[in-house]
Amino acid sequence: MSETTIMPDLFYTATHEWVKVENQKITIGLTDFAQQELSDIVYLEYHAAEGDIVKKGDSLCTVEAVKTAEDIFSPVDGKILKINVALPDNPSLLNKEPYEGGWIAVIETSEEFSPAYLLSAEDYKMVVLESAH
Amino acid sequence: MPYIPHTDDDKKNMLERIGFTDFDSLLKDISPDLPCKDHFDLPKGITECELIKLMQKTASQNCDSVKTLCFAGGGVYDHYIPAAVQHISSRPEFYTAYTPYQPEVSQGTLQVIFEFQSMICELTGMDVSNASMYDGATALSEALIICSKIKKKNRIIISQSFHPSVLKVAETYLSHGFELVKCPINEDGATDIKEMEKLLNTDTAAVAVPYTNFFGTIEPIADFIVGARSKGVLSVIYTNPLTLSLLEPPGAFGADFTVGEGQPLGIEMSYGGPLLGIFTSRREHIRAIPGRIIGETSDKKGNTGYVMTLQTREQHIKRERATSNICTNQALCALRAAVYLALMGKKGLEDAALRSHQNAQKLNSSLTAINGIKNVFPDSAFFNEFAIELPVDASVVSAKMLEKNIIAGIDLGIFDKKRKKQILIAVTEKRTDGELEYYADSIKEVLKEAK
Repeated sequence: MSETTIMPDLFYTATHEWVKVENQKITIGLTDFAQQELSDIVYLEYHAAEGDIVKKGDSLCTVEAVKTAEDIFSPVDGKILKINVALPDNPSLLNKEPYEGGWIAVIETSEEFSPAYLLSAEDYKMVVLESAH
Repeated sequence: MPYIPHTDDDKKNMLERIGFTDFDSLLKDISPDLPCKDHFDLPKGITECELIKLMQKTASQNCDSVKTLCFAGGGVYDHYIPAAVQHISSRPEFYTAYTPYQPEVSQGTLQVIFEFQSMICELTGMDVSNASMYDGATALSEALIICSKIKKKNRIIISQSFHPSVLKVAETYLSHGFELVKCPINEDGATDIKEMEKLLNTDTAAVAVPYTNFFGTIEPIADFIVGARSKGVLSVIYTNPLTLSLLEPPGAFGADFTVGEGQPLGIEMSYGGPLLGIFTSRREHIRAIPGRIIGETSDKKGNTGYVMTLQTREQHIKRERATSNICTNQALCALRAAVYLALMGKKGLEDAALRSHQNAQKLNSSLTAINGIKNVFPDSAFFNEFAIELPVDASVVSAKMLEKNIIAGIDLGIFDKKRKKQILIAVTEKRTDGELEYYADSIKEVLKEAK
């Protein structure tokens, strides 16, 4: 396995999304490990638009790589504030800048959000180590 | 992967997993009179010579377009096919059925499909073509499903001027989760524009109209495409591709999808199948379209090569999220169409279409000059097919004409009791002036006898 970057100040999910928490606003994206596993990402199709109300577990978008297609799910109930309009035309941002330009959505959580059920960077490192075996 | 057939235990486990106790209960939706329950009652074996004689004798009972003159159309026509089409498409390099998933061993097949797509795009005036589909009816249905997906709306308007069988296929495809609204036809046998305007609204995903419809009438598709666009609705145009060598192609009017039945492009009638589904779209919809798409690329040495492209759209990658369950195509029929188009060329294709049209006009003039016969839609422009009204039932006339070795056309009473005196006649470039005269003389005699 090549070097994979895990940002210490972010939260994570077992399905390889990263979550940046700022009070009631969260930003989500795909982890460096996930983009490496997918290899070249060729397309991203949003199923949700700005202003949409989403439930935890709803598919926000489908990411298509050369040999596979994966859905990215909302980790919370809330309202979509922003989607990354640059991605459909430039999906390789997900490969090149998974934690910066490759962000997927900003969601306003419907109630006081506690990241208790999300993984810390340490926990996620274990998930990656297990996945890589 | 070992090639070991599944055991009874395997089958039992699989059935249990999906909630069935036995194989028959899995098939309960299939009409019980369809599966063969008994053993075939076959006689004892015979020699090769006896078998050939038996098969020839059996085959000789068929009615075919060699023994009879075929004036029946309805989507499948008796057009000229250059002899080389059969020869080239029968070469084992092409004829061997092999899915071209490995480009390094499938360059020939892939290039043929790429050329097919290129020629179909040129003919339809559209940006993208897939590698083909089962037939025109499934191509239409798939296009409507895609429109619903793109627009995230389930209301679809379809014209009643389609062939009734094509409509039925679309109804079957769209029977769950779609609202299919039918737009009636006017007295000219074409989609009623005023009714269409009433039906069109912003909740609609797509409008489907045939360019040359079931009755042979050429429809004003530009009006429907523009009308649909003004409401943010996608347009699906159904064509006979041969007509597009003469008519302005749907792409020129901005159609979102152009689909159709490709049988007129070098494919035998074969009693109604296999057929060839044409499927094209505007570039912006490329990610949503079903089936295979072949692309041209270059290898690291700069040599041109052909590959299946954008495969993530397809079911074998995208699984249940794919638009369509179809990852295959009608490769042999697409090959025949590509060979036919290449052999005929632009001029040859125009000639075939123009002569079909002129022959149809000739026959129409001589038939409507006969006392008691009139055009069903006298004010409509037709391509190579038209409906006439007879003084007696079309079924009677058809039977009598068959005795004179003429397949007179399609008895419209089969589809609509109110039309039982009407017959739909198709004429191709193959018909000589003598054959057209023979038809007119024969029908005169038949009508005399019927009085």
